[in-house]
Amino acid sequence: MLDAAFFRRWMAEAAAVVTREADRLTELDSPIGDADHGNNLQRGFAAVVTALDAQDPKTPGAVLVLCGGKLISTVGGASGPLYGTLLRRTGKALGDAPEVSREDLAGALGTGVQAVSTLGGAAAGDKTMLDALLPAVEALAVSFEAARAAAEQGSRDTIPLRARKGRASYLGERSVGHEDPGAASSALLIAALADTADTATDTTAPAKDGSDV
Amino acid sequence: MSEPTGKPADGPVGLVLVSHSAALAEAVAELARGLSPGSEVPLAAAGGGPDGSLGTSAERITAAAAAADRGAGVAVLADLGSAVLTVKALLAEGDELPDGTRLVDAPFVEGAVAALATAATGAGMDEVLAAAADAYAYRKV
Repeated sequence: MLDAAFFRRWMAEAAAVVTREADRLTELDSPIGDADHGNNLQRGFAAVVTALDAQDPKTPGAVLVLCGGKLISTVGGASGPLYGTLLRRTGKALGDAPEVSREDLAGALGTGVQAVSTLGGAAAGDKTMLDALLPAVEALAVSFEAARAAAEQGSRDTIPLRARKGRASYLGERSVGHEDPGAASSALLIAALADTADTATDTTAPAKDGSDV
Repeated sequence: MSEPTGKPADGPVGLVLVSHSAALAEAVAELARGLSPGSEVPLAAAGGGPDGSLGTSAERITAAAAAADRGAGVAVLADLGSAVLTVKALLAEGDELPDGTRLVDAPFVEGAVAALATAATGAGMDEVLAAAADAYAYRKV
């Protein structure tokens, strides 16, 4: 079962991986976007880490609702309201349970992804974060590792697509041949989840040897 | 949330202009005010990102909406992608924006001018929204 501490570690791992990969995300966002995706997400997740330290939410749902609100208010680009809505709706769908199962999370994340689809008016195949998140949610019903693989594959699968949402859609055919930065960052978020689950099952306590710092 | 038709509003409908650019939001506000001289409609600009560069700031939007609220609702015009999405996300939160806040479906400049001119006549929210949306119907060619 996954408790609030697990979700805090997931968000901390997400912040770490976004920082490590910020340059790559911004590079992906240069040819087809406005070249700020890495910096924006880094700023948002830094605020998330600060908020988690200050507020200490007690349930998985409360952790995600807090983090989602922070992303909406600090990111500054479209990924803020989109990721913010993803985390908030997922958190609300988890309710106030002190612990949730992977299956519970898969179900709640499905609700969150649906909310993102509604907010952005996008669907599968539009070359957006949904192309990583939709297959990840489905695979999360099987395992964390399956979700990671599905999200990474989903992100790579955006390369031949033509963008139909966001600034990249103005480019039409010229958006083809580039990996969508939102799908790439979504794959990172799911990879951070799988890494967190790995750490949780390796030992009874979270790693303290600094190996993943 | 919205005022029932016919009920006298507490004050004029407020307007908020959300742009990726602080300069653009201010300039459109100045243009709209200039075309409705003497208007007492509260009009607040919320341009730029959290660090002042190009982008969208949820905090600037909530502050502008609070400043423009006179109890008759706040009409929010937004320019592009994240500006629109952030307003929608804040509306979905339920408690971030004043009661009666609405996102206007209109082109940014023309919609702002139409919304301010209409609000200045004392019109209610529905009329302000309709006037701004009407700007889509004006073809330039």
